[in-house]
Amino acid sequence: MTLLADASLRLDAGFWDYTLIAVYFVFVLGIGLMARYAVSDSLDFFLSGRSLPAWVTGLAFISANLGAIEIVGMSANGAQYGMPTMHYFWIGAVPAMLFLGVVMMPFYYGSKVRSVPEFMLRRFGPTAHLVNAISFALAQVLIAGVNLFLLATLVDALLGWPRPVAIVAAAVIVLSYITLGGLSAAIYNEVLQFFVIVAALFPLTLVALNRVGGWDGLTDGIRDATGSTEQLSAWPGNELAGFDSSILSVIGIVFGLGFVLSFGYWTTNFVEVQRAMASKSMSAARRTPIIGAFPKMFIPFIVVIPGMIAAVIVPELAQYKQDPSTGEGVDYNDAILLLMRDLLPNGMLGLAIAGLLASFMAGMAANISSFNTVFSYDIWQRYVVKDREDGYYLRVGRTITVVATGAAIGTAFIAAGYSNLMDYLQQLFSFFNAPLFATFILGMFWKRMTAAAGWTGLVAGTLSAVTVFVLSETGVIDLPGQGSAFLAAGAAFVVDIAVSVVVSLRTAPKPAAQLTGLVYGLTPKEDLQDPRDRNEAWYQRPGLMAGIALVLIIVLNIVFF
Amino acid sequence: MSVSGPRTRRAGAFDIRVVIAALFGVFGPILLGVGLFGTSDADLEKSDGVNVNLWTGAGLLAVAVVFVLWAWLRPIVVDTEAVAGDERD
Repeated sequence: MTLLADASLRLDAGFWDYTLIAVYFVFVLGIGLMARYAVSDSLDFFLSGRSLPAWVTGLAFISANLGAIEIVGMSANGAQYGMPTMHYFWIGAVPAMLFLGVVMMPFYYGSKVRSVPEFMLRRFGPTAHLVNAISFALAQVLIAGVNLFLLATLVDALLGWPRPVAIVAAAVIVLSYITLGGLSAAIYNEVLQFFVIVAALFPLTLVALNRVGGWDGLTDGIRDATGSTEQLSAWPGNELAGFDSSILSVIGIVFGLGFVLSFGYWTTNFVEVQRAMASKSMSAARRTPIIGAFPKMFIPFIVVIPGMIAAVIVPELAQYKQDPSTGEGVDYNDAILLLMRDLLPNGMLGLAIAGLLASFMAGMAANISSFNTVFSYDIWQRYVVKDREDGYYLRVGRTITVVATGAAIGTAFIAAGYSNLMDYLQQLFSFFNAPLFATFILGMFWKRMTAAAGWTGLVAGTLSAVTVFVLSETGVIDLPGQGSAFLAAGAAFVVDIAVSVVVSLRTAPKPAAQLTGLVYGLTPKEDLQDPRDRNEAWYQRPGLMAGIALVLIIVLNIVFF
Repeated sequence: MSVSGPRTRRAGAFDIRVVIAALFGVFGPILLGVGLFGTSDADLEKSDGVNVNLWTGAGLLAVAVVFVLWAWLRPIVVDTEAVAGDERD
């Protein structure tokens, strides 16, 4: 996307649109102000006590992610690749969320860790902890940049400001949002935002479907535009994975995207996991991602489908899809905004803008807030300035919020260089999440894994993902689409496991007594249960609900095969 | 907030369902109004004759009513000692 040539993408908002946006912000800031009075000590600030019901944390869980990635990234992906984008939900996110709820959450909730680095510290000791804390903090700033860039795109589309000005303005908006309340307000706002976004995207999808001539109109349009039916079925997704061979493509999607990238993302991303930690019992914490999985599996219908329709009915985007060199200053990232511009009357336009503003803002706020947690507790408190009172670290956290927002302004310009943001995001996840997932899963199930293996595995895994990235950037490996990210993730995972196993066998393991609650075989069954959960109804049992979700996912995969 | 016996209290106005209902209770009528009085032919043409504002406004109001009823029938009890007991959600 070029920096200035966005003249064709202007949203013509009127009085009532701005009224709706203003009402929304009064609500959001009002909740933030109220939450501010509840800030008692730093733990409250970050986790807001363990008292929220599971449906609230479940919606907040997916809402923390229903920002840049879902709306713009997935509609961009839908516009470019069509139905194979569904894999991000049905092979990727949902199975990973179920796995998190069934297998990993008991360890997180039971051991009361506040962040991934804290888990690393207790399982593998200081070196692994520091390596991970730094890599995690870096990842958060890079992803915050994506959210900031998208927020700026929206500000630009609304007001016509030049991109650099819009980015700084957007950063100021997010900063004021963060300073008015902690995670407690974030959870409220995220749930609110979930409903506003659905209220905006659901009618948008219906109108778009109506306009394109129903499902048949959409399939005809895409068949005519691409000359094949490949974009109309989810499998095998050659174009998405970048492999000519269908078998390799399926392996790339299932192992690279599904197993490593998505499991890595959802199970080790504490932006989301923190939401579950705020629930009131073990069972509620496990239900959080599982409850989230149900709406999550239907979200592609209101983000991917509109993206696909946009590439058919929006003239500029259809032209861009035919020949990317001729798009009049638009690219795939603009799919949803273009659709809003063409289909929504004033009024609904305001609702949709409010929803998008909220989600980009909250997405970035969540990145900054988890950067903040990791920096102030895991890096500053542990290695730099130790043993000060709670208030001191709270103040450090607030300063760091400003610093991180400044850094995100820089990373927003990196994000601006990609025409489909999913390419960029998947690349980042392959560096940061894939090796982390390998280390986690091995460390949780293999008590022999040693402290040295913890950090060497992580470093080796990240380096191999970066190597694959460099090789594909320099043209040594030629994988278009998101294949190079899938390959990088696969390489990171395999190398991480291999290095960890080799190093473990040559170094001394930690005593078993220190691993209780952190390693599966060494944790007594009763530690994974919660006495508060004795009287749960059938719909409150995590295992059963996960099973139902799994069946639904299989049905969806078959229907859209 | 008076403290008597176990430290629990209803979430009341802070109940997220009440907040959602309040927001949609403001959005709904605005959209309904725009849909009824402020819709031009050009607007209708954009969305192929469907009055999006009108329908969405009505939908939001319906959702607001459902949330109010839900919050009223099944209040959330905030348990300040984090002992949930047999509370449901």
